[in-house]
Amino acid sequence: MTSTSLTTGPSWARLPRRHVPVLVTLALLLVMYGIGVSQYRAFSNIQVIFNVFIDNGFLLVVAVGMTFVILTGGIDLSVGSVVAMTAMVSAWLLQSGLPTLLVLVIALLIGPTLGFLMGCAIHFFDLQPFIVTLAGMFFARGMCTFISDASIPITDGFWTTMSQYRIGDPRGNFVSASVLIAFAVVLVAAYVLAYTRLGRNVYAIGGNPQSALLMGLPVARTRIAVYTISGLCSAIGGILLSFYTLSGAPLIAVGMELDVIAAVVIGGTVLTGGSGYIFGTVLGVLVLGVIQTLITFDGGLSSWWTKIVIGGLLFAFILFQRLIGIRYK
Amino acid sequence: MTDSRPVLTMTGISKSFPGVRALHNVDFRLFPGEVHALMGENGAGKSTLIKVLTGVYGIDAGTITLSGEQVAFSGPMQASAAGVSTVYQEVNLCPNLSVAENIFIGREPRRFGAVHWGEVRRRARQLLARLDLDIDVTAPVASYSLAVQQMVAIARAIDVQAQVLILDEPTSSLDAGEVAQLFRIMRQLRDEGIAILFVTHFLDQVYGIADRITVLRNGTLVGEYPTAELPQLALVEKMIGKELDVLEGIEEHSRRDLAALEDGTPFVEVSQLSRKGAVAPFSLTIHAGEVVGLAGLLGSGRTEVARLFFGADRADRGEVAVSGKPAGLRNPVQAIERGIGFCSENRRAEGIIPDLSVRENMILAMQASRGWLRPIPRRRQDELVEQYIKALSIRPANPDVPVRNLSGGNQQKVLLARWLITEPRLLILDEPTRGIDVGAKAEIQKLVAQLSDGGMAVLFISAELEEVLRLSHKVAVMRDREMVAQLSNDDTVDADRVMQTIASGTPREEATR
Repeated sequence: MTSTSLTTGPSWARLPRRHVPVLVTLALLLVMYGIGVSQYRAFSNIQVIFNVFIDNGFLLVVAVGMTFVILTGGIDLSVGSVVAMTAMVSAWLLQSGLPTLLVLVIALLIGPTLGFLMGCAIHFFDLQPFIVTLAGMFFARGMCTFISDASIPITDGFWTTMSQYRIGDPRGNFVSASVLIAFAVVLVAAYVLAYTRLGRNVYAIGGNPQSALLMGLPVARTRIAVYTISGLCSAIGGILLSFYTLSGAPLIAVGMELDVIAAVVIGGTVLTGGSGYIFGTVLGVLVLGVIQTLITFDGGLSSWWTKIVIGGLLFAFILFQRLIGIRYK
Repeated sequence: MTDSRPVLTMTGISKSFPGVRALHNVDFRLFPGEVHALMGENGAGKSTLIKVLTGVYGIDAGTITLSGEQVAFSGPMQASAAGVSTVYQEVNLCPNLSVAENIFIGREPRRFGAVHWGEVRRRARQLLARLDLDIDVTAPVASYSLAVQQMVAIARAIDVQAQVLILDEPTSSLDAGEVAQLFRIMRQLRDEGIAILFVTHFLDQVYGIADRITVLRNGTLVGEYPTAELPQLALVEKMIGKELDVLEGIEEHSRRDLAALEDGTPFVEVSQLSRKGAVAPFSLTIHAGEVVGLAGLLGSGRTEVARLFFGADRADRGEVAVSGKPAGLRNPVQAIERGIGFCSENRRAEGIIPDLSVRENMILAMQASRGWLRPIPRRRQDELVEQYIKALSIRPANPDVPVRNLSGGNQQKVLLARWLITEPRLLILDEPTRGIDVGAKAEIQKLVAQLSDGGMAVLFISAELEEVLRLSHKVAVMRDREMVAQLSNDDTVDADRVMQTIASGTPREEATR
């Protein structure tokens, strides 16, 4: 996604400071991949990378939405619950016999609606995004259990088709439908951020909201839009997750919002807003996925090691961002 | 004044805020191709007039006519679309975005719905070339100096076919060379027929560039004058509405003999005080009734010295003695307990609490020093607040107005009053007169002189050497975070000599170090 660098022109020679975090993440990813390849023979199989995408496609989509929010200097804690609620509502509506298309439409509308309402609350009542989306998180999680406190299986034809759909090369490497959808979301998001007024306003607000207002930019509309986009991405993520698990479970994706925030930050987006790229977020998700894969390959390590490594990395990255001084305020 | 018809006419403008009458029946005209200075003290209504014009505030009465049509803008965006653009004192750009994008964001040239970056850059270069500015338009705005950022803001303002360009104190953070560059651009735009409304506190600049001057005082119009027909002294008189008696009052303040003052135990004595990365070790004594001026360039360590005295920063090493007894000033509470008050240079961020009333802001420090368990009786509060509003002639003289609604100079006075109420024995004033007008400045200087006559020790920090020399008994000179000299302020010391010391950094032999 070097497209965003077009704003600074072809200037690879002097390496703008804001590209540094993304490049560091890329270097980290290559090092980790190198370790994997040198330690485990099977790691060099391209399918390992594909599997990272297959397992984390829904996380990637949600992280794209989160990138928009964090670029404006906000945060969205509701994403994990909205993912679960979307999957839950889909499973429940399918079980009750609604037509597939209608279920899809309804499921894809819930997330953005909640995001829109949260965005309005944050902007018009000048509330902290943290607390508003925390409320949204509890609400959506509560709705899951309200629908059912047990997992609901999905047997719908479209869902099972999507779940089993594979596209691959003759040697047997493949990706799932979710990966293609996730890639499509990434491309659209990168285009929106780099080439549309909405995208540029997102960066402007993250840089200095007061200036953005005085420059006559539609701050209200943009703020509300990013939470709506995050809600939509969570909804798509929820559908992808339900393709993956073929069920809706009330306690799935608990704490996922924190993984997503970690991925976005490790991907080089600055928490105070105004600086970061979708490409970085893709790298951030890959870093998380490769850590998981490395620990799975080892076999002897507990999966909690994933959390420990992510914690360490996250800490190192925010320190690093502070040290290179990407902080315009 | 090339055209006989004004491009902008404001007639009978009135605007009130709760407790403050900001503008009353003000008329204002702006002709194409002129630079028109809007002058007045802080609180005279300059900012309000601009905000009313650009639609930030609505008006209570009056009409605004632009190019013959009556207008009422809903906000800056609509105003700029109609050709009235504003560049503010604090540069309002997005630091993370490129120069080109800052100029065009919100109205980027697009192709098939997508921002056409090539065109954005090309037009940005073109526009900046018109302003004679050759910079990399793809670099983030934050990587350039404030002056360049100011130019970028102007480029943004004139791109929208501006008829009227409002420059609200654009020069307050520029150096002389940058001001010259700005003026060149202003003249060029004026010659292209743009009407420029220019607000500044610097009188020299007004006479350097303005064709006409409109003076406001206390929210009312004093008059409109061609610059050539209004001598500088007359302008100041019209602005402050007095016959300059305040200014002359200061000059009468006689310098007392330093030797006599420094007889006896100093109120504060610090020796070899330092803080790594902030100030190199220095020693300084301040006696009761003494005004010690701290001179030096911006960033030379003046504020850092003040913060050490107040305990706002902790010293790494060195000794402090208050009234002859060793005292560690580890935090502001200890400093306040020992009778030290500190008026910060950054009154917005570190001093004034905008939403509290004048009364509440004034009482804060006194209440803090008494502890929260002993509230100050309301009657006593009223007495004190009334006394200081009167003594410092704070306008409006209403203790219940939120401080937010006061002008910069009056906010500064409220902050001063806050410390004076606690009756400190040493008052540290960090740039107390920056950004306030000549009248308020004179009043504050006069007050400092009175306080020191009354036995208060003052540490006075200012970038204006004349001011420091006028008030101080002793001048300490800072250079590169080091106190390079302490000069007794007698007849041998003048601005040139202090300037030389700042420039050369060599302590003179007379220095009482």
